[in-house]
Amino acid sequence: MLRQLEGSKAIAETVALCRPEVVCAYPISPQTHIIEAIGVKVKEGSLAPCEYINVESEFAAMSVSIGASAAGARAYTATASQGLLFMIEAVYNAAGLGLPIVMTLANRAIGAPINIWNDHSDAMAVRDSGWIQLFAETNQEAADLHVQAFRLAEELSVPVMVCMDGFILTHAVEGVDLMDQATVDRFLPTYEPRQVLDPDDPVSIGAMVGPEAFEEVRYLAHLRQLDALDYIPVIAEEFAALTGRASGGLIHPYRTEDADTVVVALGSVLGTIKDAVDRLRDGGQRVGVLGIASFRPFPIAAVRDALARAHRVIVVEKAFSLGMGGVLATDVSMATLGSSAVLNTVVAGLGGRPIAQHSIETMIEQAIRGELADLTFLDLDEGVIARERARMARTRRSGPFAENVLRDISQTREDRS
Amino acid sequence: MSEQRVHFYQVGSFAVGNRLLSADDRTVQSSPHRTNSIDSGHRACQGCGEALGARYALDAAMRATNGQLLAVNATGCLEVFSTPYPETSWRIPWLHSLFGNAPAVATGVAAAMRVKGRSDVRVVGQAGDGGTVDIGFGTLSGMFERNDDVLFICYDNEGYMNTGVQRSAATPPAARTATTDVVGAEPGNVFGQGKDLPRIAMAHDIPYVATATVADLHDLEQKVERAMSFRGARYLHVFVPCPLGWGSASNETIHLARLAKETGLFPVFEAEYGVVTNVSPIRRPAPVEEYLKLQRRYAHLFGPKGRPDIVARLQGIADANIARYGLLPERDELDSREDD
Amino acid sequence: MERPFAITLDVGTSRANHTGSWRVERPVYVDRLPPCNNACPAGENIQGWLYEAESGGYEAAWRKLVENNPLPAIMGRVCFHPCESACNRAEVDEAVGINAVERFLGDTAIEHGWSFPEPGADTGKRILVVGAGPAGLSATYHLRLMGHQVRLVDASAKLGGMLRYGIPAYRLPRAILDAEIARIIDMGVEVVLNHTVHDIDVERREGEFDAVFLAVGAQLGKRVNIPAGDSSKVIDAVSFLHQVADEDPPMLGRRVVVYGGGDTALDAARTARRLGATDAVIVYRRNRDKMPAHAEEVEQALGEGVTVRWLSTVDRFESERLVLEKMRLNADGFPEATGEYEELDADSLVLALGQDTDLSLLEGNANVEVNDGVVQVTPTMMTNEGGVFAGGDAAPSDRTATVAVGHGKRAARGIDAYVRGEEFASGDRHELATADRLNTWYYADAPRTERPELERIRRQTNFEEVIGGLTEENALFEARRCLSCGNCFECDNCFGVCPDNAVVKLGAGHRYEFNYDFCKGCGICVRECPCGAIEMVPERI
Repeated sequence: MLRQLEGSKAIAETVALCRPEVVCAYPISPQTHIIEAIGVKVKEGSLAPCEYINVESEFAAMSVSIGASAAGARAYTATASQGLLFMIEAVYNAAGLGLPIVMTLANRAIGAPINIWNDHSDAMAVRDSGWIQLFAETNQEAADLHVQAFRLAEELSVPVMVCMDGFILTHAVEGVDLMDQATVDRFLPTYEPRQVLDPDDPVSIGAMVGPEAFEEVRYLAHLRQLDALDYIPVIAEEFAALTGRASGGLIHPYRTEDADTVVVALGSVLGTIKDAVDRLRDGGQRVGVLGIASFRPFPIAAVRDALARAHRVIVVEKAFSLGMGGVLATDVSMATLGSSAVLNTVVAGLGGRPIAQHSIETMIEQAIRGELADLTFLDLDEGVIARERARMARTRRSGPFAENVLRDISQTREDRS
Repeated sequence: MSEQRVHFYQVGSFAVGNRLLSADDRTVQSSPHRTNSIDSGHRACQGCGEALGARYALDAAMRATNGQLLAVNATGCLEVFSTPYPETSWRIPWLHSLFGNAPAVATGVAAAMRVKGRSDVRVVGQAGDGGTVDIGFGTLSGMFERNDDVLFICYDNEGYMNTGVQRSAATPPAARTATTDVVGAEPGNVFGQGKDLPRIAMAHDIPYVATATVADLHDLEQKVERAMSFRGARYLHVFVPCPLGWGSASNETIHLARLAKETGLFPVFEAEYGVVTNVSPIRRPAPVEEYLKLQRRYAHLFGPKGRPDIVARLQGIADANIARYGLLPERDELDSREDD
Repeated sequence: MERPFAITLDVGTSRANHTGSWRVERPVYVDRLPPCNNACPAGENIQGWLYEAESGGYEAAWRKLVENNPLPAIMGRVCFHPCESACNRAEVDEAVGINAVERFLGDTAIEHGWSFPEPGADTGKRILVVGAGPAGLSATYHLRLMGHQVRLVDASAKLGGMLRYGIPAYRLPRAILDAEIARIIDMGVEVVLNHTVHDIDVERREGEFDAVFLAVGAQLGKRVNIPAGDSSKVIDAVSFLHQVADEDPPMLGRRVVVYGGGDTALDAARTARRLGATDAVIVYRRNRDKMPAHAEEVEQALGEGVTVRWLSTVDRFESERLVLEKMRLNADGFPEATGEYEELDADSLVLALGQDTDLSLLEGNANVEVNDGVVQVTPTMMTNEGGVFAGGDAAPSDRTATVAVGHGKRAARGIDAYVRGEEFASGDRHELATADRLNTWYYADAPRTERPELERIRRQTNFEEVIGGLTEENALFEARRCLSCGNCFECDNCFGVCPDNAVVKLGAGHRYEFNYDFCKGCGICVRECPCGAIEMVPERI
């Protein structure tokens, strides 16, 4: 049933259809609308049986989820940004214990400086945690990914994080075709835990493992991620057969068949990039787009195949590794290893900076002309940077960098007015 | 039978068992069929009070729940010595997640049991004092505040022993730890700091809070039993001497626990809904020296360069506890209690 | 269930880790000698029979008791219980009332008619026991248990020796005495009464006895030369008490003076009171602290109106007037004459100045050594003459009934070994369970149950028993006050306090054992054992 509704609401409705048994809630923007809506459902009784627990922190949210999952309950929570970082120890732990928790990550920048707006820094901070990380391009896909996430998590005993851009998706109202209960039930069987706390069959979960077996434990976890590479397309196909929607899967190629230049990206920005690519195609440029739906496990073979004909690969990403460069780009470069394609990294949209279609178009054109730097920050205010660097050069201690930049920007505005 | 009323059982009030008692009146630990929640082969130090306390508490909980028990454990000695791959000593379902989240994990387990309609299955969370009063305090307070159906047990050995004896907020004043060394004007841990977690727990108005020691098994088991008769958040603080961290002889573990209670340094009591309902009176009063002298962590207080002033301050703490909880009732009352 | 590798582990796996290898000392269970047992002249396993009594197993307790002493109802009355003086419970509160429980068991056995075990298979050996007092009766009992034939001879008309003729009925009712003697005789004993043995060698040869036990007692009251008028009535205490026992009491008048400071003096004075004396006065040359009589006997006598002239000796007895000389104690505690005299009205004087043994039956034997009026014996009570044993008051001893019972047992063992041509080997004595071995924390405070005393007024006028018995409830309570020093009583402490579950409980009556695969040697079990029945020994590495 197609409905116009906020992304968060669509997620809440869909998660409810997945019959979670324990939902932990600790509020953080821009995740709040999701847990609020689920809370209403539990409290009014439309989602039952389900325990909705208002915890005291994200650390507790993930910890409660760990306990619930280990005791055999389907557990769900949602967070963003600082919240994810606050629970990071438990995030790793959930993966290490192989607990199939599903968590929505309403992607948001990480401070300082504190910033509530969207980028992918939070997701990148836990990319090595052992969670499967799926990125949604649209609210429809975000909703659909949650159904697939529970299936995937429980099939493989691996936790799954559904990443959706904060505000851009969570707070956007658009048409979403919500599934019905029967369809979800058909797709998502009852949770059968691989291991469970059971008085009738006691085991010890969470042993201390020393050098003699730790590497094997880690390698086995890696293999499980590789298993997911096989399994994600299977369930995406099954899902498509059931719903007619191509949500999920490993990658989303768009007009790449004959593309010389392919732009690679995660999440909602793919829509803007596709519009730009369409415009450039109209202008005769052979440009395509490759959306990465599964960031972890990273579908290295699928990406390699998709980029096999490209001469130029531009990775647009909403996060970067300070002192190094792109994160996604590094992964993509492993897929293009040995190819002669040129790789550009474009960092864009940090802290909610709008990514304008014309900026993307200009950037792609620059790249095609060979004028794009290997690492480019889209729409960077070069004037601010230059002045701040000059100030830093004059005094050893220039005060907090972020405040200086803010002061400089407001000064510039005053100068203009 | 006629008026046979012989209350005296040779031993019984304090000993583990007693062949003269009826089976119902014996401790869980006296039974050859006890769970042995922690099995032999664990790697705790010789004379470990925590290994003992955990077995006491969990075996009692197993009896109270007819074996329908799930345990969540924080990181720490208890976890490390019990579950080094490939060997576990736990005979009960047991989950270890992290150092600071055992109360929250226990909440999750309890929520799972509730949602699955398994109200018969009860949940115990457990941690050392570090995992309880320090790093786990936030999640513990959250669990208390929500009144989640968890019995949380702190095995208090007054420091971070697993990491090599560092100070925790449960380390008593003057005690030597690796991070409160016996140097400077105030050697050992400083006065005026630390958390009294049982009282903090009481401030949450949860159904049941109690303290106990490994020296009084009957009392400890009865408190576990009592705790299991409530639903909601419950807290049991068990005093467990640590031969390694305290520098005490391995055979003194129970004796030290007994002295901690008899000196008044560790008040043993129980409280319901924030109100103290029962205290264990001191039976054979002892000065704090008797307790302190058995431990190398207090060695700097004695001898030629001793610090009687600091010992006096510690005695002051004991005296304050005795006054606060009324640990020294009239001798007559004590006698009549023991006759019953 | 497919479990994750390494992270999830199965129950029971830690038992592969044998932590016993950490150990440098190992705990071992020991039995230590309880101080009561150590102090008991009769060699009773007091802790052992109290253990049985604690659970109400009175018959089992009695059976354990009579393994060593066949006269519990008697000893429960007349023994001066050195066991209680040694009892470690005095460190906690007061000594256990062992004697009272013993009496309770003895009386209960009589009440229920419990009998001794069947005598052992006949060995064909014949033993002559001379004297049917506590030593002779004890030896007879043990010899019968061993299967030897016994002829028990006594010069008196009734069995019992000093138990009958020396101890007044108010301390030992005759029904009790008769019952316990009868139980021994019922084991099949040839009894010859009113028979005085004049020559032991002749008696032995003619009767073809393989061995002889001399338990003739000390029946002769010591006489001292006290000038006395012809009309003055002077009698020795032994004769006095003997005549009373024969229900033919001498007429002593209203004012009776007893000279001496031992238990016999007290018995005589108290008996005199019961026979109607208005004044029963003891004259003793030292003070109360130095008095050899047992304190509780003195207490009872004073309570009955007996008075004492301390620091006095009898100088002479002129018709109805006794002249006493005052004494004082010198620096060494010995009495010295002061030369001061005083007078005391008296109808009669009873001399209680000690007893001698009549050993005329040994005069024909050159081998048996007699020193200081008593027969010298080996630890198994044998004299220098092969097969001739001696015990009780006739041998060097404290001359109490309990010592005599112990002599009887030891002599029986010695005789048994002798007639078998063996050397008697006593078992190793365990190390003493001293108070410092105990962890008294575990014993709850429980005051001793005092036996009810007969109202004083009643016991001044008749021979009814002075000390009453315990009720069953009291006896049980008293038995449970036993600390079980040095002997496991299955309190489960070691089983409970082991942090490594390395103590195995073997079930009721079977105690425990250590599982050294897992015992780390921490020693908590030793520290927390209430009764000191575990010790640490160095591990051989």
